Amino acid sequence: MRQPASVAATLERTDMSEEDEFELEPIEILELPLDAWHRDKGARMVEFAGYHMPIQYEGIMAEHIWTRENAGLFDVSHMGQLMLTGEGAAEALEAMVPGDISALKEGKMRYSLLLGEDGGILDDMMITAVPMGLYVVVNGAVKWDDMGYLREHLPDEITINHMDDRALLALQGPKAVDALVRVVPGVDALYFMEAGSFFWGPKTDPEPLWISRSGYTGEDGFEISVPAAHAKALADQICAQPEVKPIGLGARDSLRLEAGLPLYGHDMNPDIDPVEASAAFAVSKRRRAEGGFFGSDRILNGLANGPARKLVGLSVEGKMPVREGAPVFAGDTQVGVITSGGFGPSVGAPIAMGYIDAGHNATGSMLEAEVRGKRVSVTVSSLPFIPHHYHRKGAQT
Amino acid sequence: MTRYFTEDHEWIEVDGDSATVGITDYAQSQLGDIVFAEVPATGATLKKGGDAAVVESVKAASDVYAPVSGTVIEGNDALEGDPALVNSDPEGEGWFFKITLSDTSELDSLMDAAAYKAFVDGL
Repeated sequence: MRQPASVAATLERTDMSEEDEFELEPIEILELPLDAWHRDKGARMVEFAGYHMPIQYEGIMAEHIWTRENAGLFDVSHMGQLMLTGEGAAEALEAMVPGDISALKEGKMRYSLLLGEDGGILDDMMITAVPMGLYVVVNGAVKWDDMGYLREHLPDEITINHMDDRALLALQGPKAVDALVRVVPGVDALYFMEAGSFFWGPKTDPEPLWISRSGYTGEDGFEISVPAAHAKALADQICAQPEVKPIGLGARDSLRLEAGLPLYGHDMNPDIDPVEASAAFAVSKRRRAEGGFFGSDRILNGLANGPARKLVGLSVEGKMPVREGAPVFAGDTQVGVITSGGFGPSVGAPIAMGYIDAGHNATGSMLEAEVRGKRVSVTVSSLPFIPHHYHRKGAQT
Repeated sequence: MTRYFTEDHEWIEVDGDSATVGITDYAQSQLGDIVFAEVPATGATLKKGGDAAVVESVKAASDVYAPVSGTVIEGNDALEGDPALVNSDPEGEGWFFKITLSDTSELDSLMDAAAYKAFVDGL
């Protein structure tokens, strides 16, 4: 685990991804389309996934709370936006993902997992059925690996287009819809996990944007794919709305942790399968019945018999944060490890997620984490720590 | 009383053979929201440059080093209930611990306020 560094070393550390072994070492740190925009807004920039990215503007705590109460604009342009086209793209992709992709209707999206040949998780991703084919958003840190893997395993007639000429913005929070509908009329018609094309800009020369009602904070919100050339103008217009402030990666991490959402490379990696990752919901009913995807024997066995270890939430007694890498004990026996941990600004206390062995991972199990040689009490708790506030179809609002 | 600074962004205010230690305003502003601080126990023996305390922001844990060697007289218990004191008053109420110096000549290697300001300006 990472030991505390000196204050000076912490301040000098610009690589937020830390010891991320799944990340290729980039030759140079790249700039995203909104780089100058972030700096103008007073962002502190760090290296993340091979790019300079904003970790915070006014402060992680304030940005986190603002997003939970209002709306926060996140630049997630480091993520890979892929378009899969060609006859049978959905069926072909199903060899590598456990979701029912061929049943996905146009304008609907699904969270899924890219599986290695042994059923380990290579990435998590959002897959949307679009008129052209499948629009897939993957994590920035592994997008090059993903593209190579997809190319290797998809038939030649399926084309993979990396849309690196587009930026990706996320507007998240309870007031996101109020703000965005003023900038892009009609987006309020979308429900959670739906997407569509919307016109933005002057009537004489409107620009089509691809917008989904989705995100990774646990709040209602949208993700907006925009041509890089127009990203600044769009970000300016959205940020001019009184509900909106720009929010950095720091708050994105604390928001997703409170929402119980895993971070790839930390809470998921190639050794871990979907059942262990508590992502069995991503294994669709038809796929469970039919099998036939990478690692399906392992995954279906895990579903039937229970996994040997499982990703769970852990509430932490006291105020000391328990961070990634901390071992977890039941008495003298190590029964798990923390994979994400920190302070939850909306929870008002430290929270964590980690892998805990079978027999010790039921909700309410009392365990101890070890931090700097000291034991701290942790309790297995149900996720999320903060309830999700998605705009679901058919839900009471 | 004289205040000295380290390149690790600790300050130490010396009064005779005892001193108060904390982290600088620059350090707190760069670390961001402090959510936890762990101070040394009274009576603990510290060695110059050794681990003395821990400060944690939302994002990361950092060690606070002892600017000089000595014995801890008192840790700032107020930080346990209100770690944000390190943000609001880093060079006052947000102090970490008080120490009896075992070797005042160790102060010679530290920076004064002007030198620390120049050091920070150069970062």
